Amino acid sequence: MLSRTADSLFWLSRYVERAENTARIIDTASRLATLPSGYGASTNEWESALAATGCLSAFKDVYGEDPTAESAVDFLAFSPANPSSIKNCLEVARFNARAVRTALTAEMWETINSAWLELKNYGPGELDLSQLADFLRFVKRTSLAFDGSAYRTMLRNDNYWFSRLGVFIERADATARLIDVKYHVLLPPESHVGGGIDYFQWSSILRAVSAQTSYHWVYRQSLKPWLVADLMILNTQMPRSLAACYASLTRNLDQIAQGYGRQGASQRAARSTFTRLESTDIDTIIAGGLHEFLAEFVADNSRLGALITEQYLV
Amino acid sequence: MVATAFDEMSAFGTEVRPGYEIVANWLRDTPAEILTQRQHEAELLFRRIGITFNVYGDAEGEERLIPFDIVPRVIARPEWEKLAEGLRQRVTALNMFLKDVYSKGEVVKAGIIPEDLVYKNPCYRPEMQGISLPHDIWVSIAGIDLVRVDPDTFYVLEDNARTPSGVSYMLENREVMLRLFPELCSHHRIAPVENYADELLATLKSMAPRTASADPNVCLLTPGPFNSAYYEHSFLADKLGTELVEGSDLYVRENVVYMRTTEGPKRVDVIYRRIDDDFIDPLTFRPDSILGVPGLISAYRAGNVTLANAVGTGVADDKAVYSYMPEIIRFYTGKDAILNNVPTWRCREPDALKHVLDNLPDLVVKEVDGSGGYGMLVGPKADKAKIEAFRAKLKAHPEKFIAQPTLALSTCPTFVDEGIAPRHVDLRPYVLNGADGVRIVPGGLTRVALQEGSLVVNSSQGGGTKDTWVVDVASPKVAQQHQQQQSAPLV
Repeated sequence: MLSRTADSLFWLSRYVERAENTARIIDTASRLATLPSGYGASTNEWESALAATGCLSAFKDVYGEDPTAESAVDFLAFSPANPSSIKNCLEVARFNARAVRTALTAEMWETINSAWLELKNYGPGELDLSQLADFLRFVKRTSLAFDGSAYRTMLRNDNYWFSRLGVFIERADATARLIDVKYHVLLPPESHVGGGIDYFQWSSILRAVSAQTSYHWVYRQSLKPWLVADLMILNTQMPRSLAACYASLTRNLDQIAQGYGRQGASQRAARSTFTRLESTDIDTIIAGGLHEFLAEFVADNSRLGALITEQYLV
Repeated sequence: MVATAFDEMSAFGTEVRPGYEIVANWLRDTPAEILTQRQHEAELLFRRIGITFNVYGDAEGEERLIPFDIVPRVIARPEWEKLAEGLRQRVTALNMFLKDVYSKGEVVKAGIIPEDLVYKNPCYRPEMQGISLPHDIWVSIAGIDLVRVDPDTFYVLEDNARTPSGVSYMLENREVMLRLFPELCSHHRIAPVENYADELLATLKSMAPRTASADPNVCLLTPGPFNSAYYEHSFLADKLGTELVEGSDLYVRENVVYMRTTEGPKRVDVIYRRIDDDFIDPLTFRPDSILGVPGLISAYRAGNVTLANAVGTGVADDKAVYSYMPEIIRFYTGKDAILNNVPTWRCREPDALKHVLDNLPDLVVKEVDGSGGYGMLVGPKADKAKIEAFRAKLKAHPEKFIAQPTLALSTCPTFVDEGIAPRHVDLRPYVLNGADGVRIVPGGLTRVALQEGSLVVNSSQGGGTKDTWVVDVASPKVAQQHQQQQSAPLV
């Protein structure tokens, strides 16, 4: 296939995934922001939402002040100044989709095109909370429908594999950032950080990745911060965990290598990260520093993205 | 003028022409609410599939729908057969003309057409002089615009021998009609059009360079998503099963064209290019073009890649050259043109210019190298100021213009705000010319001027489209025999 086509498929999936992740983060933050101040963490919820999407400094450049609910939602959801705002993500996704329409199935195209058309109904500024909830549901629905139609209608060839790579690179990045922003509440109880009020923070992380029920199925006990971290980092059963993302990344990269009859740097890098995730446990990670672990992971993950680009997409 | 126009369905009065019987009944019996609802559904379908086009210089409506009209335009099979024969002749002659122009130039030597019209034409490409193309195919995809003025007369309005667009609408219009009106369609024998992509692919493959493999690699070269016809490019690539490439996807090494793939370079044999000559190779033509492929023309001249259409075909769809087509056809085929030209005054000729200047309010004046309905004057519709502006332009550069009488273009029943009403139409059939012969899918694209009385059908100026049906008509004789058989007594 054309390198440009593979590139567009890769980024199309990444942007749809990113839109969904941002929607989930806004959802979580707006829930936490409704808690009485005594229950909330010491930091501004919206500031951590912006940090989790990696756009806090861009926000400060634009607004030059601490985020409020209105300004943060506007920036995360609609702002043209934020390249990762949901609106921008869906627009770029649709642009990429249009550029590779021939590589998409009719269902995928119609999903992304309809979403792009519907997007025009939502603007900044005039959303009340229930409209915001509608908007976030719409974004999640779009991502689910897009992912579902890819899964159900695409031929299992390199088109499909490259689009999967985009999903999992993006998802791994989002999960790692989300944990990192909240890492201070995920440390074990003997650490001085955190306390009883953090219960809502832990559950909010699970909620952000739709994993509250999963947590109880896996651990069968009340919320423990380090178990939340274990679930999100190491549990391959948990579809948004780092380990699960890397299981999928290695599998899809291997399929590409098999199809083309050649292994390369990206296959090696993905396998090495995956092995590291498989051969460690949460205690070791926490002992070595959760933040340091996550920072290294985010760097490795973006390096893998660069290797894939170098090997296939240019 | 509208009052006297020939109508595709009812001629000049209240009769119903052959092929239109069922459509006429359908229009009579279907309540307007149903038609409105169907029209609305059709729009939703087009919008959702994303069948849009971009209008240059219009930031607001960056992607627009071409209005689709649900009333089909019907052509009876015998009428079509005659048209097809004329189209085949015309495209064959166009191809021979180009081959000749870029080799010996017999047509100029024989005095059929003035030398400067050909060799000083802005679309003439000296780079192509003396080049021999695989299988001598210059025009492989042509769109011939036809208009009708009475039951027996179709005129060729212009030849599009560069990169004619619109064929995706021909295909999608049919799909939408079949989805919205299965009943109505099933009561007719409509010649299918869906095989167009297969025919196009066969045509393109037939033109592969002799050095290509047995299964030549064909791709479609687009200027990219910002081009007004991008939807069509991606649509066609999809139907053809070929890669849709942009200039940056291709590169040339040692006069061979490759595309960049995830598995490394892959050789390209035939390029169906939807980029104009000017932009196709910055090393040969416009150096500032970032749409093209550096070195492509050199690979082309070396015979390692086929371009469809060939470079330099614009010299054949120039409107001044058009006026010589009857003579050109006779010169190459030895026969009279089956399809007539619209009578045309070449303003470069002093007598013609005088006539045109004296009769401007009655004439249509066009730029010889214009397209898309831009830069033209429709005399009867223009105000005084516009006519005077054109008079000045004509006097300054008469050679840039031709003029034609305002034709009473045929009308076709069309569903508009006030109900079913006649609107002027034209017809663009697509003619494929490969190394193994000429292929024409029956019908083509009918464009309709949606404003009452308007003669401008171009989509960029508010025109719409209709599905075009070439239908079998039972001859009255056959129908009679059928009845007789039914009523015959049992033996």
